[in-house]
Amino acid sequence: MAGPIKDCVISDSSSNELMLAKHVSYISAYSKKKDDYEYCMTEYLRMSGVYWGLTVMDLMHSLDQMDKDEVLKFVKDCQQECGGISASIGHDPHLLYTLSAIQILTIYDATDTINVNKVVLFISALQQPDGSFCGDKWGEVDTRFSFCAIACLALLKRLDAVNIDKATQFVLSCMNFDGGFGCRPGSETHSGQIYCCVGFLALVGGLHHINADMLGWWLCERQLPSGGLNGRPEKLPDVCYSWWVLASLKIIGKLHWIDKDKLVRFILATQDEETGGFADRPGDMVDPFHTLFGICGLSLLGNKDIKPVNPVFCMPEHIIRRTGIEMDLF
Amino acid sequence: MAESSDDDYTDDSWTFYRDREEWKDVTPVPQDDGPNPVVRIAYSDRFADVYDYFRAMVKKDERSERAFDLTTDAAELNSANYTVWHYRRVLLKDLDKDLNDELVYITEVIHDHPKNYQVWHHRRVIVEWLKDPSNELKFTEEILRDDAKNYHAWEHRQWVLRTFDLWDKELVFTNRLINNDIRNNSAWNQRHYVIANTSTFTDDVVEREVNYTKEIISRAPNNESAWNFLRGVLQDRELSRYPKLMEYCLNMYEHSIRSPYLMALIVDMYVEQMELKDVENSVALPKALQFCSSLASEHDTIRKNYWEYLSRSITCKYGETAKS
Repeated sequence: MAGPIKDCVISDSSSNELMLAKHVSYISAYSKKKDDYEYCMTEYLRMSGVYWGLTVMDLMHSLDQMDKDEVLKFVKDCQQECGGISASIGHDPHLLYTLSAIQILTIYDATDTINVNKVVLFISALQQPDGSFCGDKWGEVDTRFSFCAIACLALLKRLDAVNIDKATQFVLSCMNFDGGFGCRPGSETHSGQIYCCVGFLALVGGLHHINADMLGWWLCERQLPSGGLNGRPEKLPDVCYSWWVLASLKIIGKLHWIDKDKLVRFILATQDEETGGFADRPGDMVDPFHTLFGICGLSLLGNKDIKPVNPVFCMPEHIIRRTGIEMDLF
Repeated sequence: MAESSDDDYTDDSWTFYRDREEWKDVTPVPQDDGPNPVVRIAYSDRFADVYDYFRAMVKKDERSERAFDLTTDAAELNSANYTVWHYRRVLLKDLDKDLNDELVYITEVIHDHPKNYQVWHHRRVIVEWLKDPSNELKFTEEILRDDAKNYHAWEHRQWVLRTFDLWDKELVFTNRLINNDIRNNSAWNQRHYVIANTSTFTDDVVEREVNYTKEIISRAPNNESAWNFLRGVLQDRELSRYPKLMEYCLNMYEHSIRSPYLMALIVDMYVEQMELKDVENSVALPKALQFCSSLASEHDTIRKNYWEYLSRSITCKYGETAKS
């Protein structure tokens, strides 16, 4: 193809093998490391960090290395008076961390750790007259929060607590001319938002509203010559976008449209062979967030050493099966 | 994930909160993160000090000038900490602070941390409280000068445009940004957004936009954003019936341009012609299949599976055996 393409190069010497044991020790060590600057800096998203760690460890058959009692106590301590759950103790509650908390409790089959009725009240109070959801009392609206709300309620089997029709109408109002979705009506299409909106529609039985061929084509266009996927046109490839694009393609039944071998090669090349963990791009610093999405991506691409992942919840499939939640996948 | 490092704070003038006379009455609250045997303090001493006192303020819910100043220090150390911004807003109201000063302050913070949800949301709340959008278009333009695809800046700009009805010069603005970088998908999206909210896609506007986009495509036929925009402009119309579009595309193809976006559009137009019964299947189908096959084998090999899928599905629908 002519013209400049923003992409990265995968060197021949980069790793081509999944180093599962290294990733397990990376996450295990990370979750025990409490005394460094990074740990302190990430206090404001701790709950999500715990969810990333637990999910990736379960997918790697190593959930038993995590401290269940400690985690459950933490989640319980983060539920606030209003019912919402915060990222850390003493922080303000937010839908983002409420979802992470409920995902954690679902993994441990322990939703009774918290006051479920109060969580449901917290979530339903965040729905706006136009069907959208705010993330917290400060009123920021985003389709990410629509997904968080519905995913929480689906896991708690309380979808009846909000107005699903209105919520769906709002999400559909964020659909763009390219078939994708943005965070509010008219916002630019973005892979992360597509994942949220497609996941939302899968949970409310609304996937028929999507033009799957058009959206599938846009999503496939995210694959670059390196094999990696970017989040928007003319952006660099990134392992986390690989997950959001891939999961969306899986939900709309178009996963086979991309070049799987090349994507596997890209994801594997982002591993750090010494420390374990995955980075956003080959050669960058690893972190737990990209490690989860690297492992989830490889799972969706059929790696047999990793447990199957559910593309809507980004959680182990066996756990979603156990909950008995039904969703409408293509 | 970390947005700042303590290397930035090596100035000698800093006094720890624990050493400040006016804070002697406050008992700091150390971090309590639940899943952790708290091992302290290898990380920045200053960070710990500020946040220990910040937690103490939140716990007491103290509404004071010193608490307000503390949020400035806490936000500087970690601008992504949403609780800091929540508390700061409560204090802004309670202490009746000058919101114009706050706007100046958040301008600086966003310049330092332009990709952070919390700081942009804070700005929006301040502008809402002030009911004054006069700085916002210029400000977002400055941010977009550094990163023309900054999602937060575009979001903020769209909010300002629609909330305060400031559409007048926005189409010209998108002209300029597209001119600077014709591959800027955000600017193309903004162009669509402006038209949808102002003139709407009337026949005249569609014609103008099709011509505009064609001119830009001619300069760079591999520009995905421009092709998507063209499809967006024509989404309520039939592509294959739009005057001169098919000729334009085939002409490019005959001039040896093999952009996958060009070829994909030609395929779609052939399929549409069959759908509308404008052209015999026996004429359009072989042409469409030939394009699919050349995309799959040569010009867009990474999406080979997609092109093979499309070939199969249109053969199924319009092929010999599908004839009734």
